[in-house]
Amino acid sequence: MGEAAANLILHEKKPTGILDSVLKIIAQRLALGLLTLFIVSIVIFAAVNLLPGDFAQAILGQGATPEAVEAIRTDLGLDQHPVKRYMQWLGGALQGDLGSSFAQANFASFVGEDSGVRTSVAQQIAPRFANTMFLAGVTAAIAVPFAVTLGILAALYRNSIFDRATNILTLSSISSPEFFLAYVLILFLAVLNPWLPSLSNIYDGMAFSDRLEKTLLPALTLTLVVTAHMMRMTRAAIINLLASPYIEMARLKGINPMRVIVKHALPNALAPIINVVALNLAYLITGVVVVEVVFVYPGIGQLFVDSVKIRDIPVVQACCLIFAAAYILLNLTADILSIVSNPRLRHPK
Amino acid sequence: METDASKHDDVLVEMKGIWMEGRSDEDWHPIINGVDLKLRQGEVLGLIGESGAGKSTLGLAAMGFCRDGVRISKGSVHFDGIDLLSASSEDKRKLLGKRIAYVAQSAAASFNPAHRLIDQHTEAPIQHGIMTKAESEADGMELYRKLRLPNPDEIGFRYPHQVSGGQLQRAMTAMAMACRPDLIIFDEPTTALDVTTQIEVLASIRQIVEEFNTAAIYITHDLAVVAQMADTIKVLLKGDEVEEAETREMLSNPTQAYTKSLWAVREFQRPAKPAVLTGATPVISVQNVTAAYGKIDVLHDISFDIHQGRTVAVVGESGSGKSTAARCITGLLPPRIGQVELDGASLPLDYRKRDRSQLQKIQMIYQMADTALNPRQTVGDIIGRPVEFYTGLTGKARRKRVEELMDQIELPADQFIDRLPSEMSGGQKQRVGIARSLAAEPNFIVCDEVTSALDQLVAEGILRLLADLQDKLNLSYMFITHDLATVKSIADEVVVMKDGCVVEQGPKAEMFTPPHHAYTDLLLSSVPEMDPDWLTNLLQERGVDNIGDAAVGKMT
Repeated sequence: MGEAAANLILHEKKPTGILDSVLKIIAQRLALGLLTLFIVSIVIFAAVNLLPGDFAQAILGQGATPEAVEAIRTDLGLDQHPVKRYMQWLGGALQGDLGSSFAQANFASFVGEDSGVRTSVAQQIAPRFANTMFLAGVTAAIAVPFAVTLGILAALYRNSIFDRATNILTLSSISSPEFFLAYVLILFLAVLNPWLPSLSNIYDGMAFSDRLEKTLLPALTLTLVVTAHMMRMTRAAIINLLASPYIEMARLKGINPMRVIVKHALPNALAPIINVVALNLAYLITGVVVVEVVFVYPGIGQLFVDSVKIRDIPVVQACCLIFAAAYILLNLTADILSIVSNPRLRHPK
Repeated sequence: METDASKHDDVLVEMKGIWMEGRSDEDWHPIINGVDLKLRQGEVLGLIGESGAGKSTLGLAAMGFCRDGVRISKGSVHFDGIDLLSASSEDKRKLLGKRIAYVAQSAAASFNPAHRLIDQHTEAPIQHGIMTKAESEADGMELYRKLRLPNPDEIGFRYPHQVSGGQLQRAMTAMAMACRPDLIIFDEPTTALDVTTQIEVLASIRQIVEEFNTAAIYITHDLAVVAQMADTIKVLLKGDEVEEAETREMLSNPTQAYTKSLWAVREFQRPAKPAVLTGATPVISVQNVTAAYGKIDVLHDISFDIHQGRTVAVVGESGSGKSTAARCITGLLPPRIGQVELDGASLPLDYRKRDRSQLQKIQMIYQMADTALNPRQTVGDIIGRPVEFYTGLTGKARRKRVEELMDQIELPADQFIDRLPSEMSGGQKQRVGIARSLAAEPNFIVCDEVTSALDQLVAEGILRLLADLQDKLNLSYMFITHDLATVKSIADEVVVMKDGCVVEQGPKAEMFTPPHHAYTDLLLSSVPEMDPDWLTNLLQERGVDNIGDAAVGKMT
């Protein structure tokens, strides 16, 4: 009965083919993703408005006169109803205009150059976002192969000293605060042994190699943060399969243990590993504020925190949308890769 | 020590005084108690016993291999003079796959889903350095041809899920042959297959083992199968050797009481019942039912009647629509066309639209008692819930009724009423499943492969119980099974299904006497018999291309 039902599902898929069904999934997820982004934008807008004080109060500080506060509010349109402001912002965003930063606008008006040509949020975020992606990319390039290899070795030598040591080390590194890991790395790799620069003040037009060198220390710190999760999932996913009949069969064919794991277990363990990798990559894009601060790395996290501090709503909104989009896209990629890693779906009957 | 074994140069495997233990929680409990085993080159030893007898464990031990949580506590295993228990894992790996190979029970689970068949086939020869990839691929195709797989040059390039169960089992036999081993362990290789598929696999295995003069240990619980395959038979019971003898000797003249009881199982036969009165209203009448999963029809215009106090056996292979027919009767799958009548009155097609008395009259017993019983409820609750639901009894009255029901299924209530399913054996759980369906006081029970997960002796007990209950309570059964021996022992009428159609139906006596429909004939002829010459004779009579699935293919 179950077999018959499974056959039916396969048969139903047959005429459409794997590519079509994957495209359908992508389209569905993207549509859902847009809906999620919309809801996220409402939530963020509401949350930022619920915070006590607004941009005018934050920028003018304690000595603010009511007149000055009012002037800035009028200038930025903060005196209008929140729903109206949200609709205006949304209308702009839909046309690709994320608005302009309050801070930029305000600074411009102070120096009397408010000619209407303000630095847009997009222009402001773009270089920061590129930096964040660069850091995330370097980290992923180190962390993913490292964690998966460690996971495979830990599964191979499970319950050995090596396995336990790996577990203890990765767990301690994930349990330590990020700034602590960062300072430990600075101590050993920049201060005691001056191999790497402790400041990551990268700027436009830097040579790639310089950029890489300056990014290495924060990337290593983040590697320590994300390795444990990926490594432990790799280990668990592989060990979970070791009791399967086809693994026993491989052993009974006299295949050496390393090959059993890499060739027979790993291809079947990919789906959960891919999902955890995606989750950690999303973390690298959205959650690295502390590391950026320690290394003075000009990423999007710092910009985001600064903007929240001064209630710079357009920037906060834009950052949140980028973060949400990163999560959605990475999870979508992970889902598709998991589907494609299943030979039953790749090679229908 | 080793030289001792190698002196008799034709002895391939020698196991002496093997004691094995398995770990559950913190304790080691015995699995094999001091069994000896000797196998000569080219000889086939049949290892039989019920589940839990330790057959597979012993078979794997002959390869020097223990599953996790199992250990060999005493004894020695020599393969061609090599002491497998003291050999390093490196040395053992050099033998495994190359000189000793293994064929597992479920080929579907034992082929890696991520790789093509041919790549798994060539892995051992390449890794052991016996052949290059190209040589091994060519050899693989040759073996596929010998084993009569369809499209032998192409089938290897498929993934396991793209190949049927019987074909996979033959591909696995080919894989075991890849390095031309001296010994193959066959661990229930045909248990999961339909009879018509089984016969082809049996013929293939026997042919190839004879051709390459390979020694084999053939593990099975099916006596008729082992009679076709083995030169000698060893009977195991709960880890003890009962007896060992040459096959013909063992079949004609078993010495031990346990062996005799195994042989006796198939003799249970119910007396024939008088013919149903013409014009009597059937309890259940399935009329021109066509049903579909999604858009695809899986049942095509089937009709049959089930009369009061009678058993209708519905037979056919997996995927033939037997269980689907039951789902239509119970209303779980409303038919697309046609209707189902209960006592002459038309039933709503969907079970959600049936009233309580209609639901009450039709009950089910499932194949896997393990999964059909709630593992967190006691026997008293499992049976008590339908008692309360259908009869409204509560408190003491409910308990009394549960005790009556437990009495009917021959489980003493004082011992079993507070037990959880995990504290009972398979047969006991199946009895609880029966009591649960009886609790509703039904007229009609669907028995879906109720004995196929059980050992023969236990299954026999269940069949007798069902027969007694039928006589006492005047029940009607729809008995879904693929096992024709069960049909012979319990059915009054037989419905044969194939590809969602009824190919033949009638009283049992008629069905089991020729002339048959071609498909019924094939089913009947494919059931192994205790005669050790059965397979040989059948192959001579029909030829290799007119048995099993190949013959089914010719029919359509």
